[in-house]
Amino acid sequence: MSAAAPADERLAPTSLVRRLLGRPELGAVVGAAAVFVFFSFAADSFLRASSLSTVLYSASTIGIMAVPVALLMIGGEFDLSAGVMVTTSALLSSMFSYQMTANVWVGVLVSLLVTLAVGFFNGFLLTRTKLPSFIITLGTFLMLTGLNLGFTKLISGSVSTRSIADMEGFSSARALFASQWNIGSVTLKVTILWWFALVAVATWILLRTRAGNWIFAVGGGADAARATGVPVVKTRIGLYMGVALCAWISGQHILFSFDVVQSGEGVGNEFLYIIAAVIGGCLMTGGYGSAIGSAVGAFIFGMTSNGIVYAQWNPDWFKFFLGAMLLLATLLNAWVRKRAEAK
Amino acid sequence: MARVRTGVRVVGAVLAAVLGASLAGCSSTGGKRAEERAKAAEAGRPAVSTPRWTFAMVTHAGDGDTFWDIVQKGAKEAAAKDNINFVYAHDDQAQQQAQFVQNAIDQKVDGIVVSLAKPEALKDVLAKAVKAGIPVVTVNSGSAESAAYGALTHIGQDEEVAGEAVGTELTKRGRKKAVCVLHEQGNVGHEQRCAGARKTFGGTLENLYVEGTNMPSVQAALQAKLQADPSIDAVLTLGAPFAPTAIKAKEVAGSKAEVDTFDLNEAVARDLRSGALGFAVDQQPYLQGYEAIDLLWLYRYNADVLGGGRPVLTGPQIVTGAEAAKLEEYIKRGSR
Repeated sequence: MSAAAPADERLAPTSLVRRLLGRPELGAVVGAAAVFVFFSFAADSFLRASSLSTVLYSASTIGIMAVPVALLMIGGEFDLSAGVMVTTSALLSSMFSYQMTANVWVGVLVSLLVTLAVGFFNGFLLTRTKLPSFIITLGTFLMLTGLNLGFTKLISGSVSTRSIADMEGFSSARALFASQWNIGSVTLKVTILWWFALVAVATWILLRTRAGNWIFAVGGGADAARATGVPVVKTRIGLYMGVALCAWISGQHILFSFDVVQSGEGVGNEFLYIIAAVIGGCLMTGGYGSAIGSAVGAFIFGMTSNGIVYAQWNPDWFKFFLGAMLLLATLLNAWVRKRAEAK
Repeated sequence: MARVRTGVRVVGAVLAAVLGASLAGCSSTGGKRAEERAKAAEAGRPAVSTPRWTFAMVTHAGDGDTFWDIVQKGAKEAAAKDNINFVYAHDDQAQQQAQFVQNAIDQKVDGIVVSLAKPEALKDVLAKAVKAGIPVVTVNSGSAESAAYGALTHIGQDEEVAGEAVGTELTKRGRKKAVCVLHEQGNVGHEQRCAGARKTFGGTLENLYVEGTNMPSVQAALQAKLQADPSIDAVLTLGAPFAPTAIKAKEVAGSKAEVDTFDLNEAVARDLRSGALGFAVDQQPYLQGYEAIDLLWLYRYNADVLGGGRPVLTGPQIVTGAEAAKLEEYIKRGSR
């Protein structure tokens, strides 16, 4: 083409406003602001620093998992086993350390390997069988739920693990996974750092690396992606292992902050992660979304679930308020995105 | 292929490293070794020479429930002593629970133990059992319906009475404003406990519903509640696993509230002893399982019936720091 040809519109400089409007998490940010303002008026104690740190903690426990789940959804897949995998991971390190009378860190490491193997299993089976991820991970979900209970009962003779708080390595592991800092009346949990770090890393991967391009490409259309040389299998397995890695982090947090794990926990939490990712702008169909969005989604969730308590509303309606707030936030999100795309 | 083989080699190397570390990195404190050292060998042998009857126990326990595990343990140990073949089934869905009772009837068992969390759903099938001449003992929940449904005896704690005991204890301790933490929305027994406590408590008591299957959210919700209302001076949890969480929430929120709980476990005993917990209300789940089986055996052997048509109460027993030390050993072996 000659230099006289009209300039490619993709190369035209875009204004900051336009670029912002094109971001997937914009709707979520507006929704989060709305929820924040709403509870600031509805609940007296919501705006206190100590309250906000509680909200942040609540958001971080969802958010740590929402990050890899969002990446996975951008890649066009689901993981229904994510909730129980967290419990599996916590049970594994606790029981391995206890039964082997090993240093707690050994259990933590074994747990990491096994959890990653579960993630690999999900991804490998998915790419090999070509079955929908719904079926594969539902299978894993049920199997893990059964294994959690079966193994815990078989090994420790009861349905919760034994306390490992008096074992070597516990305090250093607690420092990494469940420590907290008191700044005046505010208590900041280490999970918040883990969460921010994961969001930063995931954002970097998505926007600055080749792997990020692969994730978007696989989610947009696996066949087209394969045709252009994207390693679809590797990308998908990697995404599932990412979920497993974060499930391990969350699992260790639960273990080291509560030191005993109940084998029946975690069921149903996978939906919270998916909800956070969806509110944050991930499309259910894949190919679109962001890690920051998932963090904003988790933050909305944390604000809503705790804001209802701060507002001291009648607890009989707790679930209703929660559902309504989530729906409103998501609708607002969708509306803003549509306006943005129309411009 | 080459890449796969490298992968295998890497995994192998890591596994070897971990196994090596697990051998080298042993903990000299706690763990299974300490437990084994402490535990003397105990073997359950039948104490009687009655025929080997089969008793079935069907409960509404969900998967992985600590409380029901202790009930089951009590039943098992009574069965071992009474030379009973013990069969256990559980499902939190009432329909499935009724199906399990039907299965027991079909197997012509010699006795049935059942919990009536959703009495209506089990009414018909219990009538069938009674018609088939199978003695039934109800445990835990269903004290109101037990006799009407033809059961010999009901063994359990009256939730309302247990709640009332808590209310009285809180008043005695000079508490003014309490929160009742319900970890299972829609559980009638939980509502009754809080209602009972409200009845006898001199101050005010509010309900707080939390997501029982998600511990961090339980902590966050409770933290939020305590931060929202600093005048709260008592927190009552309805299950042992939630007590240490409530203590954490209280510490983070900077609240001065006293934490009390229903049910016991290792952590609760420890916190009672250290004073982090005020008191625990025990309904002695071991006794519920043990007595149910033993009473069925007594009925078969000697036509004995206990309670005279009224429920036999296994609780509430208020446990404080002094008793906790004594109970700790039993809690550790899973029978308290």
